[in-house]
Amino acid sequence: MEYTLFILLLPLLTFFGLGLFGPKMKPCVAGIIGTVSLAIAAALAYFTAWDYFSAPRVDDVYATVVPFHVEWLHFTDKLHIDLGILLDPISVMMLVVITTVSLMVHIYSMGYMKGERGFQRYYAFLSLFSFSMLGLVVATNIFQTYIFWELVGVSSYLLIGFYYTKPEAVAASKKAFIVTRFADLGFLIGILLLSYFTKTFSFELLTSGDHSIFADAAGVTFLGGSVISWAVALVFIGCAGKSAMFPLHIWLPDAMEGPTPVSALIHAATMVVAGVYLVARLFPVYYFEAPEVLVMVAVVGAFTSLYAAVVACVQTDIKRVLAFSTISQIGFMMVALGVSGMEGHAGLGYMASMFHLFTHAMFKALLFLGAGAIIHAVHSNEMSHMGGLRRKMPITHITFLIACLAIAGIPPFSGFFSKDEILAACFEFSPVMGWTMSFIAALTAFYMFRLYYNIFWGKPAQHEHEPHEAPANMTVPLIVLAAITCIAGFIPFGHFITADGISYNIHLDWQVAGTSIVIACIAIGVATGMYRTGTSPVPGRLAERFRGVHTAAYHRFYIDEFYQFVTHKLIFGGISRPIAWFDRHVIDGAMNGLAWVAQKTSYAIRSLQSGQIQQYAFVFLLGTLIILVLVLYV
Amino acid sequence: MDFTNFLHMKEELSLIAVMVILLLYDVFGSTRSQRHFQLIACILFGLHTIINILPHEASEAFGGMYVYKPMLTIVKSILNIGTLIVFMQAHTWLESEKTVIRRGEFYFLTLSTLLGMYFMMSAGNFLLFFIGLETASIPMAALAAFDKYKRKSAEAGAKYILSAVFASALSLYGISLIYGTTGTLYFDDVASKVTGNPLQIMAFVFFVVGMFFKISLVPFHLWTADVYEGAPTSVTSYLSVISKGSAVFVLMTLLMKVFPNIATEWKAILYGITIVTITIANLFAIRQKNLKRFLAFSSISQAGYIMLGVISANALGMTSLVYYVLVYMASNLGAFGVISVIEQKTGKVMMDDYNGLYKTHPYLSMAMTFSLFSLAGIPPFAGFFSKFFIFAAAASQGYYLLVLIALLNTVISLYYYLLVVKAMFINPSDEPLAPFRSDNYTRISLVVCIAGVLLLGIFSVIYQQISLFSFGM
Repeated sequence: MEYTLFILLLPLLTFFGLGLFGPKMKPCVAGIIGTVSLAIAAALAYFTAWDYFSAPRVDDVYATVVPFHVEWLHFTDKLHIDLGILLDPISVMMLVVITTVSLMVHIYSMGYMKGERGFQRYYAFLSLFSFSMLGLVVATNIFQTYIFWELVGVSSYLLIGFYYTKPEAVAASKKAFIVTRFADLGFLIGILLLSYFTKTFSFELLTSGDHSIFADAAGVTFLGGSVISWAVALVFIGCAGKSAMFPLHIWLPDAMEGPTPVSALIHAATMVVAGVYLVARLFPVYYFEAPEVLVMVAVVGAFTSLYAAVVACVQTDIKRVLAFSTISQIGFMMVALGVSGMEGHAGLGYMASMFHLFTHAMFKALLFLGAGAIIHAVHSNEMSHMGGLRRKMPITHITFLIACLAIAGIPPFSGFFSKDEILAACFEFSPVMGWTMSFIAALTAFYMFRLYYNIFWGKPAQHEHEPHEAPANMTVPLIVLAAITCIAGFIPFGHFITADGISYNIHLDWQVAGTSIVIACIAIGVATGMYRTGTSPVPGRLAERFRGVHTAAYHRFYIDEFYQFVTHKLIFGGISRPIAWFDRHVIDGAMNGLAWVAQKTSYAIRSLQSGQIQQYAFVFLLGTLIILVLVLYV
Repeated sequence: MDFTNFLHMKEELSLIAVMVILLLYDVFGSTRSQRHFQLIACILFGLHTIINILPHEASEAFGGMYVYKPMLTIVKSILNIGTLIVFMQAHTWLESEKTVIRRGEFYFLTLSTLLGMYFMMSAGNFLLFFIGLETASIPMAALAAFDKYKRKSAEAGAKYILSAVFASALSLYGISLIYGTTGTLYFDDVASKVTGNPLQIMAFVFFVVGMFFKISLVPFHLWTADVYEGAPTSVTSYLSVISKGSAVFVLMTLLMKVFPNIATEWKAILYGITIVTITIANLFAIRQKNLKRFLAFSSISQAGYIMLGVISANALGMTSLVYYVLVYMASNLGAFGVISVIEQKTGKVMMDDYNGLYKTHPYLSMAMTFSLFSLAGIPPFAGFFSKFFIFAAAASQGYYLLVLIALLNTVISLYYYLLVVKAMFINPSDEPLAPFRSDNYTRISLVVCIAGVLLLGIFSVIYQQISLFSFGM
């Protein structure tokens, strides 16, 4: 499977090619080069998946394959940083997810970004992102993950700030970069702690289930937690930053300033699930060495999910609704990991989390691309500028509806199956968790259909240009993704990916499934009643009645304002400003003073150098005598 | 007399052979056969450099009068290479109409001073040391006055010889007092008999100021600027690099080997002298408009930095000192090479004349810039590493305040080095220096210097090699 390396190399070469020679190309040539290279990479990824999963199982487990491995930096025999490709069920699944969504986005962008300034640059960045994300998922060791982790951060920064003449985009890109970098600080410390005590970076060793590599850490505690717990908790902070978990979620809604296809690729389907992926990758470490951290993962995930779902119910910008919906759904995945066990049926949560990651990537990319088509048509992100679009954009309408049904959890669409497994796992963990997540699922159905009705039904808004269906290169990706969303639920996922690697037959727990269908239908019904006509007075009255909650939710419970206060008032005012003052007055002042003294003294002593040899000899002798006197008498 | 003693003095003997051959060739060779005099001189001296480049066993000759240590080979090789570069840079000047008949003299006089420095470094006795010192000084005066029909050159010669005599007299007085109080002139015996009584300290002070004069430390530096300015540029670069380099090395070995018993005193003296030297030299350098005077003060302040290595008085200090001398040689000869070639071709030596030099002479400007950056100690040029090591050596001995003052002074020095760079690259000029073709000798020498500036710092193997021999000292 050595060809796997080309899945990474192709986007990288494309990035360099387009980055260096792109500006000299015609835009469409650059787009075609980027798309074709990614199509080849996607084909290779499918081959890899086929090869990998068709290989015979060893002890009923798919063997881990390392088709490529080099030692990159050699410090000591124990400390070395390697680069390589690690194929196991989850990384192979991620290869498929990333290349598929990325390919769809590449095709879609040919239409969506047509005529934009910097079209070639856009494709170069897309290639860079694809390369980084692929490198992240196939990393053989946690240090390689960290390198690519930062690379996806950079490409995300570049793409959010793609419209760099727009101040909001620049601010959003900076915010995304700084918040995730801040989280990555925790990640880095976690890596260092983990590798210091285990003497390895390698995932294979860390997750081998061999307890002896953690022997050095035994008995080392800090503030009541074992050092491994601290290490993986810190790693989780990095994951929370990337996956927009509360309270590090604040960058994701703002990141919607980037081009919509970018939101679909990076901020819905791939990069934001990197945190979930990394927790899954290190799952045995969490489960065996730090079960209390796993509970924390579950709690953080559940809270984030609830918070984001509530906020999503009142947003009016369609991309923001989708952004909060993404946060909420990633919360589902985290919860599933947090409540998961290891073996057989107990490992249901792990499987469900990966399953949901897969299905969510497809239907959320579909939602974003659909939203992009709508924005393309009406030139606005605001719901109030839409309405009644179902006849004007039939393909977008149908595919968007499929995605909404999927995310709401209506069978037979894919979201139903994966979400149902998550709910089942939650009920097994504790009824409280189960009912909480069911409630969030209801909220999800409600806000998605609020979105759907506001866009496609209700009163048509006035437009300068009559909205029309998107061109074929935008609708084809929508249709492909919708098709995947329709059938993905029937993939026997437990056969491929489970916590312990042993094949597991998914069987629907009809008690849970029935409940969730009923809940989803009720929620959709409520949304239908409130928003279908667009004239119902109920939403306005409810907003009036619960004005406090409504306003707070609309302002995302003032989390951004809180950060603003902490950074601007406390950090900038309390720490940065005094430092700046010190720098300007004390440091610069000392330097200017030095210059002033030097000039003055240099002027004052110039007569010493008179050119007269008699005086030179006199100074010479005087100097000798002064030294003598000083040495003898002082 | 046991003639096998001479076999220990291979380096001196081979140098004398080169000198004698060149002298005979100069006196008896026909004009026709002397067409390639300089090339042959350089080749001969290059051969001398190559055959003496490998160190051999430590030994003594003439009952301890002459002492050889492997480290000396390193230092002598550095001086040899520096001298060779000076020769190459002097080529055009010596071929000019007025000096061409005296070019043999230049080589003979220069090699005489080098021979004096060899003896000075290899001496095991104050007598041989003093003979070496004088052999190195007196021909230098003749060299300074080489362009004797130029008033400034003659003045430089006169000032140099008068100052040198004055310094030698004090030094000799110091040596006689040392002999009076210890009854011996052998370094090893003196070392054990120095007890630190006031008379001995007086003897030491008188002796050591003679060395301070050679290194031109403040306040014994006043001759430097006038001599550097007046002397022919090649002589100035020789004086500032080779003469100074050998003197600092000798000073350090003498202080460590002969006067360890009064280390507290001489460290105190050096402490004060170092601060005064770096600071005053920098203050004067700021105001200079003539580039040769400017480099004179710059070289005084560089000598002050080198004293940081002397004051740390251990193997690390010795290593960083020798390394500093090597890097300083490459950087300073690079700068002087540019000044020399421009002075030869156009007669301009003022900073204002360099305005807009980059337009007409990009390569010379780059060479000058790299050299000055290295002198200022900006990474990644070698000067940064040499300063780093020498500061580290002093700091490891606890001289934090001294290092701090030296660091502050590097900030000032950066200012005046950048003034020259600014003149070349930024200052506008209506009539920048006309383009000309520099000769191949100068080009090769500049390439060697710039290669040194760029590579000496990065290849740590050089520093390690020097360090290997320092521990024997």
